[in-house]
Amino acid sequence: MKWFLAAAVVILVLIGLSLGLGGSRGGALNVVGSTSIQPFAEMLAQRYQKMHPDRYVDVQGGGSTAGLQAAANGVADIGMCSRSLKPEEPFTAFTIARDGLAVVVPLSNPVDTLSRDQIRKIFAGDILRWSEVGGEDRPIRPITREEGSGTREAFVKLVMGKSRISRKALTQESNGAVKELVKNDSCAIGFMSLGLVGDELKAVAVDGVAPSAAAVTSGRYPLVRPFLFVTQGKPSPGAQAFIEYVLSPDGQRLLEKEGLVGAK
Amino acid sequence: MRSETVIRWVLRLTALSALSGLALITAFIFKEGVPVIAKIGLVDFIFSGDWYPTEGQFGIFPMIVGSLAVTAGAMVIGVVFGLGCAVLLTQFSSPRVISIVKPSIELLAGIPSVVFGFIGVVILVPFIRDTLGGPGLSVLAASIVLGVMVLPTVTSISVDALQAVPRSYREGSIALGATEWQTTHRVILKAARSGIVAAVILGMGRAVGETMAVIMVAGNTLDVPHSLLDPVRTLTSNIALEMGYAAGEHRQALFATGVVLFVIIMVLNTIALTVSRRRARRAQDR
Repeated sequence: MKWFLAAAVVILVLIGLSLGLGGSRGGALNVVGSTSIQPFAEMLAQRYQKMHPDRYVDVQGGGSTAGLQAAANGVADIGMCSRSLKPEEPFTAFTIARDGLAVVVPLSNPVDTLSRDQIRKIFAGDILRWSEVGGEDRPIRPITREEGSGTREAFVKLVMGKSRISRKALTQESNGAVKELVKNDSCAIGFMSLGLVGDELKAVAVDGVAPSAAAVTSGRYPLVRPFLFVTQGKPSPGAQAFIEYVLSPDGQRLLEKEGLVGAK
Repeated sequence: MRSETVIRWVLRLTALSALSGLALITAFIFKEGVPVIAKIGLVDFIFSGDWYPTEGQFGIFPMIVGSLAVTAGAMVIGVVFGLGCAVLLTQFSSPRVISIVKPSIELLAGIPSVVFGFIGVVILVPFIRDTLGGPGLSVLAASIVLGVMVLPTVTSISVDALQAVPRSYREGSIALGATEWQTTHRVILKAARSGIVAAVILGMGRAVGETMAVIMVAGNTLDVPHSLLDPVRTLTSNIALEMGYAAGEHRQALFATGVVLFVIIMVLNTIALTVSRRRARRAQDR
């Protein structure tokens, strides 16, 4: 009986604690969506909370489509979406930054430049060997993201057009997984946010323009997508304040430092 | 007397709530999934290879093949090594060895599946890619990772089943002049069959249902695999990969994938159970 009482007390205390913690975070601002924007949003949220210790911003991934859904049904105060909205998606959208979409190969691959047409044919499965685009005589292994990913949808819109991504393309569920795979497989080619490429991968020049923040700003680099914060209707005061911070010079500087291009 | 009735009712209630939870989940999966199967047509849904959810095309044939292939591969590895280990431990080892080895194998079951997946990605996949060719992410990689994951289940339940065989069987067989190996495979394994089948079924359940590790090492292509070195997408990884994004009909199609998975697991279990029962009965008739 004694241990039973002790266990009951412990459980009650735990429940109380979790309720208490939950309660103090009751006013949390939920930001949900694209895994491409997530790391940047987390950084912004951290800075924002340091400036306003009384406000709490909770950033979660899940993907662009999930972010839009969460914003639509009120689960999230702000949805994150890493592609332009379709006409039938009625949200209030704030472009917080623009991001180049990099086409990446391992460092060991001698191919430095590809045309958009070549990239399309590679991912559609029409070009099957690197020798066809000026590389070594190896098979090409395209790596794509899962259906519904904002990065994938942006890639389809900017590169694939009406063609479909080949069924044989390997599918990975995050930028990190694509990176890990491309880094180690000399035949691989993938795509991801330019801000996430790092120095273990090579981002090829597309249509002769090497991807860089400058090339994205000037509009010369062809694969550019917006990073959006969306709200259903007018943003709530809390969401408004966070969005204003993100668009402020301080927030924008942070994003630019991480390799994105300011919204302007 | 009163406390007796109270306890009886409390137990009844807990048992019932566990069961009704299961029933509700099943009902929910079917409620969400069946309409979309009806709309697409069962045959198209199961035998079409076109999975383009954004265009409203839902065919899961490659994933059914994928799930079956990966599970079969995992069972070959899991059963051969697991059963082998169980036979060695129970028939040819001292009790002290069992008391050390069995718990350490069972410890394997406690390792989270992401860890298996991660080891697979970091060590196994590059190894397959460099030595055997192909992308590395493959049926083979998934089978090996899953095989290791089902090993503890298969081994520990088989050990229990083999230990439950009465000593007199073994002694009788040896006394009749059978060698140890003859005794093991003609007497002990047969006597322990139903337990071993249970071990295989449980292992199979884990293999079919495992998701995280498979997503990490299988490559998740939408194509039907033609060799062990081809990448593959299983039913579970299809659900997990696209769940976060799916809306409307796409979401329902993922539930329908769940329905198919449900049916496959039921069929596999039923086959395994009836086969073992029929064999057991025939053995008794003889």
